[in-house]
Amino acid sequence: MNSGYAVPAVALVVLATVFVGAFGLRISRTTSDFYVASRTVGPRLNAAAISGEYLSAASFLGIAGLVLVQGPDMLWYPVGYTAGYLVLLIFVAAPLRRSGAYTLPDFAEARLSSQAVRRLAGAFVVGVGWLYLLPQLQGAGLTLTVLTGAPDSLGGLIVAVVVVATVAAGGMRSITFVQAFQYWLKLTALLVPALFLVLAWQGDGSPTRAFEEPATFREQRVVRVDDSLDVKLDTPLTVTVSGTVDGRTHEDTELRLPAGTHHIDAGTRLTFGKGAPVPEADRVGDGSLSPSQAESRGERPLYATYGLILATFLGTMGLPHVVVRFYTSPHGVAARRTTVAVLGLIGAFYLLPPVYGALGRLYAPELTLTGNADAAVLLLPDRVIGGLGGDLLGALVAGGAFAAFLSTASGLTMAVAGVLTQDVLPSRGVRHFRLGTVLAMAVPLAASVLVGGLPVADAVGLAFAVSASSFCPLLVLGIWWRRLTPPGAAAGMLVGGGAALVAVAATMAGFPGSGALHALLAWPALWSVPLGFLTMVLVSLATPSRVPAGTGAILARFHLPEELRTEVKA
Amino acid sequence: MPNQDPAERRVVVTGPPRRSRPASGYYRPRTEIDEQTTLGHTYVRSLMRTQLRAAFAVVAVLGLLVGPLPLLFATMPDGHGVAWAVLGFGLYAPLVLLARWYVRRAERNERDFVRLVEDR
Repeated sequence: MNSGYAVPAVALVVLATVFVGAFGLRISRTTSDFYVASRTVGPRLNAAAISGEYLSAASFLGIAGLVLVQGPDMLWYPVGYTAGYLVLLIFVAAPLRRSGAYTLPDFAEARLSSQAVRRLAGAFVVGVGWLYLLPQLQGAGLTLTVLTGAPDSLGGLIVAVVVVATVAAGGMRSITFVQAFQYWLKLTALLVPALFLVLAWQGDGSPTRAFEEPATFREQRVVRVDDSLDVKLDTPLTVTVSGTVDGRTHEDTELRLPAGTHHIDAGTRLTFGKGAPVPEADRVGDGSLSPSQAESRGERPLYATYGLILATFLGTMGLPHVVVRFYTSPHGVAARRTTVAVLGLIGAFYLLPPVYGALGRLYAPELTLTGNADAAVLLLPDRVIGGLGGDLLGALVAGGAFAAFLSTASGLTMAVAGVLTQDVLPSRGVRHFRLGTVLAMAVPLAASVLVGGLPVADAVGLAFAVSASSFCPLLVLGIWWRRLTPPGAAAGMLVGGGAALVAVAATMAGFPGSGALHALLAWPALWSVPLGFLTMVLVSLATPSRVPAGTGAILARFHLPEELRTEVKA
Repeated sequence: MPNQDPAERRVVVTGPPRRSRPASGYYRPRTEIDEQTTLGHTYVRSLMRTQLRAAFAVVAVLGLLVGPLPLLFATMPDGHGVAWAVLGFGLYAPLVLLARWYVRRAERNERDFVRLVEDR
């Protein structure tokens, strides 16, 4: 891919982000401006900002890549990301805004008057936030590597520096403008190339093989395997090999591989003929790291799909960068309307990644073998259209991808820094908030350099599962149930969220290789969410004397319409 | 507005501060909130119940809409084309419509509630 246009596009996005942030800085004066933009953000601007923040690297690159590798089942991810906002709207949006707290720990403290629960919630915010920041930085690294061949960590470093600068300088007020701007940028960056791609596809005679299983090569193609992998064949396959297959070295030899599993060493070049089926890859190197890739097409249990649905539907409300946005609405009714607008905006955006996934299966099926499926969106314009047009559209997509990393990373950094400033660092104030920002970004940046290699969509899925099992019970029961007690809330968060965390950590460490236990641990939401709720309810019922004194008044504040509040007060 | 009659003036005074009111909500003296809840304690419960009922109605529709889909796709042998169409493009509009229905319902519940309390 020609980086002559992509690098200026990325630079332009970075510059525009800093510029729009600086515009916000001019009107960001007070502490309240810093944390919640003084709560005066109207539904339309706020909805664009929320959507801009929410559409992360996983949405922009990851979904198309997953669909390309594993087929339409993976479309449950965007559906879940969207439906999560519906669940958030009906259970949480307005009462959360009316609670009047700044952050999720603030909510826990306001509802339960307990410092301990507050600290626990803070710890989970920081944990989930860092988990979610990691794939953003890695995605940025991948994008820059694909575009320019730069070292893996450079993209992450650029994103980290820009985000810390914008957040530390302007806080929430400036971030709101940046996010809103980046939603429209991201939509454009996917929509315009998608239109051209679909036109090119039509000019190609509208082949519909994209929806067939398995995907096939539509022309002769040479594939270079960068990491060694195991290939599973259902039918014999004829392929020309330069390199090592099953321990034997070949030089430009045509091989007929029988059905079964074959080991291909790194650096091998495979030439597939026209119409050859794309073999299914069992990644050796990082297969154990990835719950979603461990199950290959077809073997994916129904249970995993339902686990994914539950985690995304219920996990959205607990994501720290999502929740903090609701405090910026002027009142509860606006918070609700904002959420509907958000549903429309992200729903419109999610119509696009499936297009890229389908076209990717058609025009770049070999990405399933090279392990760079996340790069499908970036490579398609060049592959399908080519020439100057392809380069320009590719540059647009690259700019949009960078906007995705920047916006989500800003929101997460904002949320994590807020918690660090209020609950960890000694005194409150804008200067400490800036220190908190640096801390919030430094840890995941170090982790992404040290660990590396976690697939983008999986790390995101993990964050969702933990959030669904810890914050979802806290928010829903906290808002709707009078008998919630501080010990109950703490126990529920620890047991539910902790169990989800341990389960996924065990899967990543490769503990149970396969079977029912593996599926249970790789997709914990289906049991860990009920576990969290149940623990919270049972422990609360067992400690009835600990129901906070002002519960009735607090719930009234959560649910009474604002006009009534002023009316009664007057 | 010196020439208006007293009743109208009261309306004018209580109306405007809506934009700035929530900012001070958190720090308002506790006594006022308590006073307000003793006034409408049972009413608050009834409001919560109606709002929760609306929420569960949406959850039920969502469950019926989404719940059977994975099973359906799994049982259909040639379901891939259908799965692409439904998951890729078919679900977002119903989600937005559900959300709009809920917001209209929730706001109506709140209006009814305000009317109820004011009439007391």
